[in-house]
Amino acid sequence: MTLELHAVAVAPKAGAPLFPPITLTVRPGEVATVMGPSGIGKSTLLDAVAGHLAHGFALTGSMRLDDQDLAPLPAEARRVGLMFQDAVLFPHLSVGDNLAFGLARTVRGRAARRAAVEAALARAGLSGLYDRDPATLSGGQRSRAALMRTLLAEPRALLLDEPFSKLDAALRDDLRTFTFDHIQSRGIPALMVTHDPADGNAAPGPVIDLTQPENRS
Amino acid sequence: MTTAPAEGRLLRAAVLATVALGLVLPIAAGLWQTARAGVGVLPAVGATEMSLAPIRQLVEIPGFGTALRLTLVTGLGATALSVALAVGVCAAMHGRMTPRASGRLLTPFLAAPHAAMAIGLAFLLSPSGWIARALAPLAGWDRPPMVATVNDPAGLALMFGLMVKEVPFLLLVILSALSQLPVRQHLAAGRSLGYGRGLVWIKVIMPQVWPLIRLPVMVVLAYSLSVVDMALILGPSTPPTLAVLLLRLFSDPDIGLMLPASAGALVQALLVLGAFALLWGLERVGRAIGRWWVRRGGRGLSAEPGLWLASGLSAVLLATGALAMLSLLVWSLTWRWSWPGLLPDTWSLQAWSTPGSGWGAALGHTLILAATTTLISITLAIAWLEGEDRARRGRAGWAKALIYLPLLVPQIGFLFGLNVLFLRMGLSGGYIAVVWAQALFVFPYVMIALSDPWRALDPRLVRAAGSLGAGPWRRLFTVKLPVLLTPILTAAAIGIAVSVAQYLPTLFMGAGRIATLTTEAVTLSSSSDRRVIGVYGTLQAGLPFAAYAAAFLIPALLHRNRQGLQAGGAS
Repeated sequence: MTLELHAVAVAPKAGAPLFPPITLTVRPGEVATVMGPSGIGKSTLLDAVAGHLAHGFALTGSMRLDDQDLAPLPAEARRVGLMFQDAVLFPHLSVGDNLAFGLARTVRGRAARRAAVEAALARAGLSGLYDRDPATLSGGQRSRAALMRTLLAEPRALLLDEPFSKLDAALRDDLRTFTFDHIQSRGIPALMVTHDPADGNAAPGPVIDLTQPENRS
Repeated sequence: MTTAPAEGRLLRAAVLATVALGLVLPIAAGLWQTARAGVGVLPAVGATEMSLAPIRQLVEIPGFGTALRLTLVTGLGATALSVALAVGVCAAMHGRMTPRASGRLLTPFLAAPHAAMAIGLAFLLSPSGWIARALAPLAGWDRPPMVATVNDPAGLALMFGLMVKEVPFLLLVILSALSQLPVRQHLAAGRSLGYGRGLVWIKVIMPQVWPLIRLPVMVVLAYSLSVVDMALILGPSTPPTLAVLLLRLFSDPDIGLMLPASAGALVQALLVLGAFALLWGLERVGRAIGRWWVRRGGRGLSAEPGLWLASGLSAVLLATGALAMLSLLVWSLTWRWSWPGLLPDTWSLQAWSTPGSGWGAALGHTLILAATTTLISITLAIAWLEGEDRARRGRAGWAKALIYLPLLVPQIGFLFGLNVLFLRMGLSGGYIAVVWAQALFVFPYVMIALSDPWRALDPRLVRAAGSLGAGPWRRLFTVKLPVLLTPILTAAAIGIAVSVAQYLPTLFMGAGRIATLTTEAVTLSSSSDRRVIGVYGTLQAGLPFAAYAAAFLIPALLHRNRQGLQAGGAS
C-alpha cells in the first residue's frame, strides 16, 4: 500500500493556497513528516487527505492510495486513520467500547469482537481497563488507546496530527517508538504533521519542511 | 479542482421544506387573513366588501386610545427597565458567580409559565396577600386595605409581572453573550487606563454585547407589547391593554366584531414594528452619542451606585417571583386562611383530591401537547443542525431570522387569521391545530437552546468516528446524540416549559375544546376560589420544573462514570 500526493494544495475560497503544493510518496511502513510552524495549514492538509475538509476550501492536486483516487470518497469510505494531538476518545464510551467502535465489521460475533478488543488493550498495556472511563486514563494511556482504536479499523494509511506534542519528554519517545513500530509491522504508509524536529528525525521516511524555500516550488 | 462534497442535500431539503411549509407559511397566511379581515373582507361572516369601516369601528370603541397608551407604556416600560436592570446586574455580578451557579438560580424563573407567575403575583400583591399581611401589624390594618395593587389602572402590576419574567431571561442571554467576549481582559485594560468598573462596562463591554443580544431584546419587546395572559391576570381591565381588548372582541358572541378585532390585530402588529423602528433609531443615536462620549475620554462619573441599585432591585424582583410561586402552593393546600395570619389556619388536600373536577383532564391535555410539540421540535432542530453539519457550513443570516420570526410577530396578529384557515381545512378545535400552533413557538426556543452547544461539540470527535469508518447516520446516533445528551434534554425541558405556557394558540386553535392547565388557570383567575386556582398554578409551574429536573438528573445518572461529559470536565 502506497500513499501518493501529487501537487496537493488547499486554498480557502477566493484566497491564496495555505501552503506550497506538496508532492510526496509514502511507501508501506514509512512515516513521512511534514514540518512547519502552527497556523500554516498542516492540520488542513490532513483534513483534506482524510476527507474532512470544511465547506469553502478547495483542494487541488491528486491523492492516491493504492492507486485509488481518494478525492471522491467520503471520509468513512477512505479507510484512512486519523490520530490527534489529544487522543479524542469518545467521552461517553468506556475505553473498551471506544476500541470496539473502531473494530472493523469483518470481525463477527460478540465473543470474537470482545476478544479482539481485549487483545488490542493488552498490546497497548491496558489490560483490564475495558470498563474504565477514558477521562481517568493518563495521557500516555489515552494516546495508546486511541492508536489501538485506529488500528482496529484496519486502515490502509495513517495520518498523525502532532500526535506526541502534548506528552512530556520521556513519554514522547516511548509513544513514538510504540506508534512507529505498529505502523511498520502493519506495513501501511503514514503521514505525520508536526512542528517538533525530533518527530521528523525519529520518523522512518521522507521529511518536508514547509518553511524551507527549496520545497516551495 | 475539487471542493468538499455537499453531503446531506436530501436532509437539508426536507428540513427546509418542513420549516417553510410548517412555520413560515402559516404565519404569512395567518397575517394575510387577518389583514384581509381588518379591511373588511371575511367571507365567513358574510363580509366581502373592502372598506375602512372596521378600522373606524375599532377607533370608536370606548377606551381604545387608553388601551393604546397602556400597551405602549407597559410594553416599552417593562422592556426598557428589564434591559437596564439585567445589564446592571451583569456589570455588578460578573466574575462573582460561575455561569453554572447563575444558570441554576435563574432556571426556575424561566421555567415558570407567565400565567402561573402572574397568578402567584396576584396572590402575593393583592390587598389580602402576604405582603399586606406582613405589613398589617405595623400599619395597624384590621382588614385588607382598599388599594388596587393588582389590575391597577396604570398597569404597574402588569409591568412588574413582565419584569419578573424578563429580567431572568435577559440575564441569561447577556451572560451567554459575555461568555463569548474577553471581558476580563477588557476590564483590566480599561481600568488600567483609569476608567472605573461601571464606566468600562458602559463604554467598552456593552457596545460589544449589544449586537449579540439585539434579537432576544426584540423578542422581549414584541412579547411585552402583545402579551395576553399576564395582562388578563395582572393588567387593568377597564380599559385593558390592546391585546386583551382584541381578545374580548374576537371572543364576543357578535361575530361582526371580528372585523374591528382584525383591524386591531393589524394595529398591534404595526405597534411592534414601530417599536422595532424605535429601537433601531435609538441604536443609531446611541452609537453617535457613545462615540462622542468615548472620544472625550471622561473618566469622572462613577456608575457604581447605579449598578448596586440595579442589583438590589433585581434581587427584590427575584424574591417576589419566588414568593409568588410559593404562594401558589400554599393556597392550593389551604382550607381556611383568615386575615392577617401569615399562614393558613387550617391546611387541606381537598383541592388536590378531586382531579375529576377538571384539573385531571387539563393536566392530561397539557402533557400530551407538551410531549408532542417538544418531540416534533427537537427532531426538527436536530435534523436542521445535522443538515448544517453535513453541508459543513454555518448558518446563513436569513436562516437565523427565520428561526426568530415566530417570536417577533405578535401572536394575536396572525393566530386569528390562521384559525380562519384551519377552520376552512377542518383542523380547528383538534389536537393537530393546537400542536401545530404551539410548535410555532416551541421550535424557535428549542432551536436557539440547542444551536450553541451543538456547535461547541468537538469536531474532532466526529472526524475520528468518520475516519474509523462510521457513516453519517452512525456518527449522529452513536457519537453526537449521546455526547450532546445534556443539551438535548435541556432544550427539551425548555420546549416543555414553552408548550405548557402557551395561552393564545391553545385558546384560538383549540376552539375552547382543548382545555389545558394554562387556559383553565387564566379562565379561573378571575374567580374567587384561590384553592382551586392554586392547584392549577402549582401544576402549571410544576411541569416545567419537573422537566428541568429530569434534564439534570437523567444525564447525571447515565453518565455518572464519565468525567469527560460532566460540565467542566476535560475530554
